[in-house]
Amino acid sequence: MSNKVLHVLYNDDDILMDAVKKTRAAHHHIEEVFTPFPVHGLDKAMGLAPTRLAICAFIYGLVGLSVATSMMYYIMIVDWPQDIGGKPSFAYYMNMPAFVPVMFEMTVFFAAHLMVITFYMRSRLWPFKQAENPDVRTTDDHFLMEVPVHGDENELVSFFQQTGAVEVKVIEKH
Amino acid sequence: MYTFSSKLKTFAFVLMVLGALGVGYSFFTAPKTLDDAKAIIEAEHAHGHGAEAHGDAHHDDAHHAEAAHDAHAEHAETVVVEKTEAEVAATAHDSVGAAEIKAETDTVHATATAEAGHEGHDHDAHAEAAHAGHDAHAGHEAHAAHDADHHAEHVFHQLQNKPWAAVYVAALFFFLISLGVLAFYAIQNAAQAGWSPVLFRVMEGITGYLVWGAAIVLALLVAGVLQIHHIFIWMDPEVVAHDHLIQGKTGFLNGPFFLIRAVVFMGGWIFYRYYSRKLSLAQDEATDNLSYKKAFKAAAAFLVFFIVTESISSWDWIMSVDPHWYSTLFGWYVFASFFVSGITTIALITLYLKSRGYLEYVNTSHIHDLAKFMFGISVFWTYLWFSQFMLMWYADIPEEVTYFKMRIENYNLPFFGMVALNFVFPVLILINTDFKRLSWIVTLAGIIILTGHYIDFYNMIMPATVGDQWFIGAGEIGAVLFFLGLFIFVVFTTLTKQPLLAKRNPLIEESKHFHY
Repeated sequence: MSNKVLHVLYNDDDILMDAVKKTRAAHHHIEEVFTPFPVHGLDKAMGLAPTRLAICAFIYGLVGLSVATSMMYYIMIVDWPQDIGGKPSFAYYMNMPAFVPVMFEMTVFFAAHLMVITFYMRSRLWPFKQAENPDVRTTDDHFLMEVPVHGDENELVSFFQQTGAVEVKVIEKH
Repeated sequence: MYTFSSKLKTFAFVLMVLGALGVGYSFFTAPKTLDDAKAIIEAEHAHGHGAEAHGDAHHDDAHHAEAAHDAHAEHAETVVVEKTEAEVAATAHDSVGAAEIKAETDTVHATATAEAGHEGHDHDAHAEAAHAGHDAHAGHEAHAAHDADHHAEHVFHQLQNKPWAAVYVAALFFFLISLGVLAFYAIQNAAQAGWSPVLFRVMEGITGYLVWGAAIVLALLVAGVLQIHHIFIWMDPEVVAHDHLIQGKTGFLNGPFFLIRAVVFMGGWIFYRYYSRKLSLAQDEATDNLSYKKAFKAAAAFLVFFIVTESISSWDWIMSVDPHWYSTLFGWYVFASFFVSGITTIALITLYLKSRGYLEYVNTSHIHDLAKFMFGISVFWTYLWFSQFMLMWYADIPEEVTYFKMRIENYNLPFFGMVALNFVFPVLILINTDFKRLSWIVTLAGIIILTGHYIDFYNMIMPATVGDQWFIGAGEIGAVLFFLGLFIFVVFTTLTKQPLLAKRNPLIEESKHFHY
């Protein structure tokens, strides 16, 4: 069976939003939408699940806090509790204010960097990655909606032409 | 238009009456004479006496140095304590020596305190405090013979201060809440915020308390200058006569100048409140935006005036209760404390009015924004609190660090408890986006934050005025209830005066449709 998709191009984000809503109302599956910039509310209109990246970041922050705490505890209290300028290194809590700047920075460091790496991995971004751009105009001033073809192809094309599209293409995908 | 519900009005009156009873009770039970105080001290000694490191009570500090020393000699110590002991011996050798000599003159007190069982590391604090006190007041050996009487007199003054300090903390707290709201209002105006104009009338209602709060705080300050109470020890000419440090500060810390400053600062704030309210109401009826532009300029000018006067007033009204101590970021710290309380109060009153169906255009996005401010400024407060604490803890300079030694030893739970209330709970509760939209979560976090910041002000005032004689009893709770009742009464009365939605504010349409 051939694997045909429609590439529907728009030149305005408001028209795109309307088209997405109409497409969803007509129960056509939207494979992907390519836009040159973030379109506010597009994810809601498409019905995408909210991101869980913030939850990841919170957990990474806790990991960073634990790393900083255990590192300082081991080095400063357990391994070699030297008297450095009269700071009380008998127990962790006694010298804790001196460790707080490190604890804070490590929390932020872990939360930020691990979250960014998670983002790259989840969105499959890395150097030398082959760009997956269906139409170069989508990085400049055009919006593209990709819809798989099921059933009557002509009916589908005419449906999308009525949604304000500037161009509707049928593409054979491999 | 808002109508003051009769239930809420009754509730406010009940709070005021209960509060007045509590305050009256605490004034009635405060010791009237030195003998009353001595009887109270006797009773306390029977239960074991807590440590004391009051700023002006240098002779007491010497007692505790010797007491801890005795405790060390009498009791078997742990390894940890031995280490501290060695450290102390190096840094505070001569002061402990001096304390030892005086141990003979005052054994009764020493044994009484030793029985309380001091920790080894407390020794450090007392020895250092004694050392500082010893240096600053070379002639204090002369007092040694009268130490018992001095101690009783000292406790007598602290107990007499207690009901006054309780009233002062609560009066200041509620006054500063309305000032925090005024600052927030001015910032929203000057920043031309698009989300907040639907809340402007709520903020104006809260700042209606400003003139009442200012009048009460000013009355308390005048009473201090007139020697009716002794919250501010630098107002006592007797104390100043024997205190070189305060003598050096009398150019700034003197009664008339102090009151003139207070009147100018409060007058400026009340004037801005009155003027901005007038312009806000004029804009409702206007056909152009002239009033709005004037309000914008007034807000910008007020913020400049505010940041200078707020800083100085925090030195005057709060830092000067500890006239031997100073901190450079204190003004910011106090500001952060009442600013977050003010924003929290806006959120709580908005939620209340919304739940009664008065704020048609306020949606969860407005609440979300207020909750973000509560969260952010709570963290900001913690940043300043920690910066102030850590810098002094780290350097450990005796004249600075006694402030925190005193609080950690005698106010341990309030001092660290407020960090949990003002930082840990708000951060964990309000970090979640969905939670910031739930009324009950924001209300819960708001109550925690307000409680925490009351304790913050308590921690700033009480240690200097009542020392280790603190207790959250009838006087403290009564004062809070009284001012809470007054606050509710004044704020909701102000809210009934005008419609709850500004009409012709240029940003009001944006604010009505604000969505985040």
